[in-house]
Amino acid sequence: MSTALALPTRRQEAFRYSDVVALAGVWPVTREEIRVAAGTSGALAIVTPAGGATARMLSITLAAGAKFDLRILNAAPIFGRIAVEVELGEGADFTLGAAQLGSGDQTLEIVTEVTHAAPNAVSRQLIRSVLGARATGTYLGKVAVARGSIGTDSEQSVRAMLLDRTATANAKPELEIYADDVKCAHGCAVGELDANGLFYLQSRGLPPAEAKRLMLQAFIAEAFAGAPDEDALTTAALAALGALL
Amino acid sequence: MTRADGTRFTGTGVIIRTGKLFTHKAICMAAGNENCCQYQRMPRLPSMEPQTTMLQINNLSATVADKPILKGLSLTVNAGEIHAIMGPNGAGKSTLAYVLGGRPGYEVTGGTATFTPLPPAGGAGGGSVPSGASPDQTHPPLTPPASGRGIDLLALEPHERAAAGLFLGFQYPVEIPGVSFVQFLRESLNSQRRARGEAPLSGGEFLKLAREKAALLRMDMEMLKRPVNVGFSGGEKKRAEMVQMGILDPSFAVLDETDSGLDIDALRIVGEGINAIMRAPNKGVLLITHYQRLLDYVQPDFVHVLAGGRIVKTGGPELAHQLEEQGYEAVAQETAA
Repeated sequence: MSTALALPTRRQEAFRYSDVVALAGVWPVTREEIRVAAGTSGALAIVTPAGGATARMLSITLAAGAKFDLRILNAAPIFGRIAVEVELGEGADFTLGAAQLGSGDQTLEIVTEVTHAAPNAVSRQLIRSVLGARATGTYLGKVAVARGSIGTDSEQSVRAMLLDRTATANAKPELEIYADDVKCAHGCAVGELDANGLFYLQSRGLPPAEAKRLMLQAFIAEAFAGAPDEDALTTAALAALGALL
Repeated sequence: MTRADGTRFTGTGVIIRTGKLFTHKAICMAAGNENCCQYQRMPRLPSMEPQTTMLQINNLSATVADKPILKGLSLTVNAGEIHAIMGPNGAGKSTLAYVLGGRPGYEVTGGTATFTPLPPAGGAGGGSVPSGASPDQTHPPLTPPASGRGIDLLALEPHERAAAGLFLGFQYPVEIPGVSFVQFLRESLNSQRRARGEAPLSGGEFLKLAREKAALLRMDMEMLKRPVNVGFSGGEKKRAEMVQMGILDPSFAVLDETDSGLDIDALRIVGEGINAIMRAPNKGVLLITHYQRLLDYVQPDFVHVLAGGRIVKTGGPELAHQLEEQGYEAVAQETAA
C-alpha cells in the first residue's frame, strides 16, 4: 500500500471541481489495490456512508481474460469522491456503473483512468447523476489505449439531470488512443426532466414528487442494471433519491 | 309501449326517457340487442331528475404564451352525457383540454370551470369496483351532491384533478423511457385511491384489473409491461390511453383527438371502449374530434362547434354530419348570418 501525501489543490486537473476543504478532512487517502488474476472475475459495490465526507482511491489491475464489475452509489452528504485507476490485460473486461445523487451543497465526483494496456479488452462506464439545489456532480474519465492494443472496445456514457438551475454538472470524457482498429464510444448529456412527461404522469394522478421520482428512478436504474447485487443497490438508490425530492 | 324501467318505445326508432333523447343505442336496447355498441342499460335513478351538472364551464378565457386562445367559452355537461367538440385547426380545442387538465403554460385569464364528480354507481358502465377491494372500502351509494358541492377545477393541481375523477386523453401521448405502464399505472391509481381515502390495490389486484381492461381494448397485456408508449405506433398509443382510462375509471373524461392516427378497426375498438368505460349515468365525456367517423361509434348527445375560442353552434348528432358535408366555414357563416 502506498499513500499520497500532499493535499491536492484545484489547480490539479483531477481535483479541478473538488471540495478541497472537505477533502482535507479525510486526507491522506489510502490507495486500495485490487488485482484480478487471469481468467477470474471479481465485483465490488461501493455505497458511500451516510455521514460526513468520503474519499476513496482504487487501483484495479485485470490480468488477461479477467473480469471486474464495479458499482458506485455516491450520495455522500457533504463530499464524496471515488477515484479509480484500471489497467486492462489482454481480453479483460471492466464494467463501471455509477449513480451520483446530490442536493444542498454536496460535491460528488467520480474520476476514472482506464488503460487498455493489451489487445481486445472491453471497458464500459455508465455514469448517471441527479443534482438539485447547489450540488455539484463531476465525472472526469480518461480512457487510454496503449500502442498495439488493437481490438479495444471502450464505452463511456455520461448523463446528468439537473433538478434546479443552481446545480452544476461537470462531465469530461477523455480519450488518448495510440492504436488503430479500436472502438471508443463516448457520449455525454446534461438535461432537465422532460416537462411533457411530468405533466403526463401528473395528469394520471401522481403528485409532482412521485412523478419526478418515477422518472429519475428509471434514469439511474441503468447504472445498476446487471449488477450482482442490483436489488440492494437499487433500494439504496431509491432511498437516496427520496431524500433528494 | 312502456317498459318496466320507465322507458317508452315510440315505434319510430326513438325512445324518450325522462325527457332525454336516445337514438341508436336505445334502439339496440329496445330490440334486446344489448351487446350492440356495448350499451349498458341505465338504471333509473331519482338523482337524474333534474339532471346533475358534472362540468360547468362559464366564460372561460385562456392564453398560451400571452396569446389569447379561449375567449369566453361556456359549456355545460350533465351526468350521463357525451358531448362532442368539433372545430377547425387552431380553434382552441386542445387548449380547452389542456386548461381543464391543468397543463403548465396554459394560463386562465378569466371565467370558471366547476366539476361535480359523482361517486361510482357500483357496477354500472365500465366502472366496476375491483373485486379485490376490501368490503369496507365500497363507495357510498349514488346520491346527488348537494348544490354548491362542485369543485373549482381550475384551482387544483393536475394530480388533484385526476384524483377528483377527471381523465385527460392526450392527442400526443408522451413516451417515458424506463418506466413501465404497469408500474406507472399502479402508482397512479393508488395515488388517486389514497387521495380519496381508499385502500391501495395490491400488485395482484392491480394486474387483474389491468388484464381485464387491456382485453376490453384488445391490447396484449405484454405491451403494458413495456416502457410507457416507447416504440408504440400512433394507434397503439391511443389504444393504451383508453386502457389507462379503463383502469383509472374516471367519472369525467376529456378526450383530445383520441381518434387521430387510428385505422378503421382500431377506431371501432376505441369507440366501443369509450362506450364501455364511460357510458354511464354517473359519468360524462367531452370528446374533441376533427372527424365525424368516431361519432358513428360513440353517439354524442350534443355536438358543439368551437371556433375562434368559443362555442359558436350547438346541436345534436346531426350537426356532425352537417359539418362533414358542408365544412366548418359554411356552418360558421350560417351561424353568423
